[in-house]
Amino acid sequence: MSLGRYVGRRLAITVPVLVGVSVLTFSFVHLLPGDAVDALVGFRDVSPATEAAIRAEYHLGQPVWNQYLLWLRDAVTLEFGESPVTGRDVTATIGSRLPATLALGGAAWLLALAIGIPAGIVTAVKAGEPADELGRIAALAGIATPNFWLGLILLFVFSVRLGWVRVIPPDAPLASIATAKFLVLPTITLGTAAAALVMRLLRSSIRRELDAPYVTTARAKGLPERTVVLKHVLRNALLPVVTIAGLQLAFLVDGAVVVEGIFSWPGMGRLLVRSILRRDYPLIQAIVLLIGVAIVLANLLVDVIYAILDPRIRY
Amino acid sequence: MNDRHTTERGRIRIVGFDDANANRSDNDASDDDDTDGATPADSGAGPATTAETETMSASTLRQPGRRLENAWRRFRRNQSGMAGLAVLVVMAVLAVFARPITVSTTEVTITLQPFSLAPYDPAAMFVGPANAPPSPAHPFGTDWAGRDQFSRVLVGGRYTLSIGLVAVGLALCVGVPLGAIAGYFGGWIDEAIMRVVDVLYAFPFLVLAIAIVPILEPVPILGSGYWTVVVALAVTGWVGYARLLRGEVLSVREREYVTAARALGVPDRTIIRRHVVPNAVAPVVVQATLNVGTVVLTAAALGFLGLGLEPGSAEWGAMLAQGRSSLLRGDWHITVFPGLAIFLFVLAINLVGDGINDAIEPDRDATDDRRRIR
Repeated sequence: MSLGRYVGRRLAITVPVLVGVSVLTFSFVHLLPGDAVDALVGFRDVSPATEAAIRAEYHLGQPVWNQYLLWLRDAVTLEFGESPVTGRDVTATIGSRLPATLALGGAAWLLALAIGIPAGIVTAVKAGEPADELGRIAALAGIATPNFWLGLILLFVFSVRLGWVRVIPPDAPLASIATAKFLVLPTITLGTAAAALVMRLLRSSIRRELDAPYVTTARAKGLPERTVVLKHVLRNALLPVVTIAGLQLAFLVDGAVVVEGIFSWPGMGRLLVRSILRRDYPLIQAIVLLIGVAIVLANLLVDVIYAILDPRIRY
Repeated sequence: MNDRHTTERGRIRIVGFDDANANRSDNDASDDDDTDGATPADSGAGPATTAETETMSASTLRQPGRRLENAWRRFRRNQSGMAGLAVLVVMAVLAVFARPITVSTTEVTITLQPFSLAPYDPAAMFVGPANAPPSPAHPFGTDWAGRDQFSRVLVGGRYTLSIGLVAVGLALCVGVPLGAIAGYFGGWIDEAIMRVVDVLYAFPFLVLAIAIVPILEPVPILGSGYWTVVVALAVTGWVGYARLLRGEVLSVREREYVTAARALGVPDRTIIRRHVVPNAVAPVVVQATLNVGTVVLTAAALGFLGLGLEPGSAEWGAMLAQGRSSLLRGDWHITVFPGLAIFLFVLAINLVGDGINDAIEPDRDATDDRRRIR
């Protein structure tokens, strides 16, 4: 199968998944007990006039599938209206929070790669030696540490006791030294478990590659082990790390939901938690839809990149 | 185990090594944890190990029931796996015996478990001063309401352990049949199930659980927050097992014994139950074990965010919900101990999961951590 046809087929599978994601997101409001209006206003008492306005805005008089199509039409154009709970525009609220989350998530992802890749190489090459065993324990510890706990401990040690970092984010633009300095602790909190995952995955992937005939050839022709590992093995072994980028994204989003609250970071994760606690359904729907679509598209992108990098991969 | 001398097993009989084996097994049984003591016997039985696996694989073919026993034998040699198991057992015992367990109706109260390791009722307020640091009277200190942290951490194990086990069990009950059906029958039914799996996979575990909790909370049967959390985690958790099992079933269903069973007219249901699932389920068992850790972490995160369980619950995550404000005041003990408990539990689960992986799927590298995410 040619690359073009593969990408086409992969796209064709993505469309029903995206539809499913939107249906599921849409149905959150309608799966709640009671009237949809109650859910939309966060279960408060509202005047009949407001209720009528909400019924009209969300087309609640129409059949459910029609409501879905109208909602989807608005969602595609990023029109989520105003939140009946806060009165603010949903799209604008998300837009103001998105950069902060992207900065934190991007930093954590880079940290995960910066630690995970070298550590994965070292533990794979030194398999069975003390360095490998140490790496295994460190990785398991990283996976087993609840991120909210790690965040709280870091906050306590470095902010409360040592006073090196502020407890709350500085009132500075995102791209500034003060903000970057503040971001160190949240980045470590969010990136630790992700780094452990990258490291362990790369380790097992390199171990598999080391048995391949081409490695024997490279060694037989007298290449130094360093060149064998870094030039030949690593290129092939990094492929599985590429494939988990989608999973990593999901993992980082989960982490951000918790970590942003601890560090008062004004991102999407904190926004989601707050909107859940306030039962702000239009906002919840918009955030959940955005996350779902982002992950579906990330997985699509990963599969396409994978197919380009490894021409043997065709489903 | 000792009947190995008398009954004939497998094609290869190695008489000389059987005795060494029997000795070693006795050793293992008498002092499981004392690995140092067993070292000389271990090194002496080096060659016997290969002989043992030789006879073992033959006996496995003949008696499928021994599979578990053999897996346990291999697991027992795994030091870190056994250490993890020991931690889990200790934590389970502490949780069960933390406070008496009683079943009461309007007339009678039956005490199932009379012991009480926890010195105080975990919900009793002001058994000591508020926010007191650790002291002999309160080894883990007290929280903002003067509740004894030590008692709360002990009892909190009940939430964590049972949520982990029950949620994973429920998820398996959904994921295994659906995955088996999808893989075995293929066609439109496979497409339908797998598209649902894909859709659920598009949402991160915690985000989906967060979104589901408000939907489940008003359901009358779920009542208390406990079952809301369990069901939310099961609803989000089954997809991983379904996808993994389906992949395994795809290869198992092409095996000769499945074709043979089909040719003999065995109904599909029986083939799936008797032949397909038992031969495809090993990686799912490993993943389920590792997932107990993920589920526990997610349940604790829900508690930490104040979703699901009632805020005052002695759940480890919920106990940390007050952690931030108390830390800023300088009260470290409120955060440290419950978090340490979660850490220990999840670490132990991961060690056990790795051990099970090595015991039942020696060919698969335990470090393939994709399975640990979900």
